[in-house]
Amino acid sequence: MVRFDDVGLRYAGPSGLGPQGPAPEVLRDVSFTLPQGSFHWLLGPSGAGKSSLLGLMHLALRPSRGEVEVLGQRLSQLRRGALPALRRRIGVVYQDFRLLPHLTVFDNVALPMRVAGRGEAQLRADVAEMLRWTGLAEKAGALPATLSGGEQQRVALARAVVMRPALLVADEPTGNLDGVQARRVLALLREMHRLGTTVVVATHAEALVAEHPAPALRMDEGRLVAHG
Amino acid sequence: MAEPSRLATPRLRRSRGRDPLGLRRALSDRLLPALVAAMALLAALALAGARGAAELTARWEAGAAAAMTVQLPPSAATGGRLERALAALDAMPEVAEARVMDGARMQALLRPWLGEAPAVSLPLVIELRLAELPASPEVLAGRIGAAVPGGTVESHGVWVARLVALARSLQAVALAALVLVAGIAAAVVAVAVRAGIAARRSAIALLHDLGATDADIAGRFGQRAGLLVGTGALLGTLLAVPVLAGFADLAAPLLGSQPAPSLAALPWASLPWAELALLPLLGAALGWVTAQVTVRRWLRRLP
Repeated sequence: MVRFDDVGLRYAGPSGLGPQGPAPEVLRDVSFTLPQGSFHWLLGPSGAGKSSLLGLMHLALRPSRGEVEVLGQRLSQLRRGALPALRRRIGVVYQDFRLLPHLTVFDNVALPMRVAGRGEAQLRADVAEMLRWTGLAEKAGALPATLSGGEQQRVALARAVVMRPALLVADEPTGNLDGVQARRVLALLREMHRLGTTVVVATHAEALVAEHPAPALRMDEGRLVAHG
Repeated sequence: MAEPSRLATPRLRRSRGRDPLGLRRALSDRLLPALVAAMALLAALALAGARGAAELTARWEAGAAAAMTVQLPPSAATGGRLERALAALDAMPEVAEARVMDGARMQALLRPWLGEAPAVSLPLVIELRLAELPASPEVLAGRIGAAVPGGTVESHGVWVARLVALARSLQAVALAALVLVAGIAAAVVAVAVRAGIAARRSAIALLHDLGATDADIAGRFGQRAGLLVGTGALLGTLLAVPVLAGFADLAAPLLGSQPAPSLAALPWASLPWAELALLPLLGAALGWVTAQVTVRRWLRRLP
């Protein structure tokens, strides 16, 4: 479950101030609850605050005010040292993939498992399964630079789900892909939802949303303007 | 379908997989070890300098304790004058031991000037070992002169004390240089690690997002920095060894030895091998700790 309660977020320097006085809030008074195992679209124009909202969900950001609860953990009550364990239960798909260019496809997908301290023998089978699931088994030894955009995004998706996360957030996962590749990635996200993962997908692609109707959070100018 | 674990370059792939931050390229294996090697060389010289100065201090202090002599005319050998002088000197708390220099030793000492059979009668010489180095050798010499009427007190303790003070100063300067070199090495490692962080900023952020702990990320930097600094320190120490052997040979006369006639005869055994062996280990520890502190401090800015 993900719960936001009257959340505000402002990006500020260490002093708490921006370059011209107090930094403005990029998220204001955001409140919603996503049940465990749900699928939600996150919609809104550029600059609406979608990425900031996802950043709070996958613990890359902490709220300036209000309460964020992720997978039953209230962030306000968690010490910084407890966050890595929670992050390992969350998968993230970035719009720009964020693959490590010096690692092969296999090693990029294996990264979360190595971070979690899994043994090589165990992760080998899991990564191989993920690569088969995303249709990338033949590319296991390739470097990201040799892959197409769609393949890179599927690698990023495989990396996001290899730990079987309870929460999967995707920030414009189809933004750099053509229609065929976008549908393929979305099918994989829907498959994760079918397996019980809570999935939140931020997108501009209204056509894709129309093809796959699901509840949506709609953001505008840092506020949640519609939920449902 | 290819089995991922049986690809054409599994060893290369596995080694890259163990270095997700790409630190083998981000923390160069050339510049940092070279800089550290130069500093380890300086540290080894400073270390050996400190130890050499300590040895000189001990030797000169010991020399000073035995450096006072009282000369009596040859006639003092009869009539109990010598015995009275020895008794008076033994009674002085500053004197640990007073003994008459035997004739054979005195002849050996004077042989370069007087030949095998001196034509002149030699004075009686009482050697004094002092309980401790006097604060004022001149005052002590005056008191001894008063206790042994007719005796001539010879004291080069003033110069010895000054040399001891100089050697102690050299020792302190060498240790200060050692601390300074360690500080500069730590600063160099910190700069290199910061450059590595800047080069791998996005990869660090990704690992952080994937749930890596600060200890994990800092540990990767620490391992790499420790390895590079340890390697550099080892190279610098190895370079220092022949230099130190040469210096030890130059200093041999000051320590009562003779300069070596050949390279093989250099005073290798006199080098501070235990301290030199510790330098690479201490260097590795310095690199590890500096990298850990630098990275952990940087990571605190992440949520």
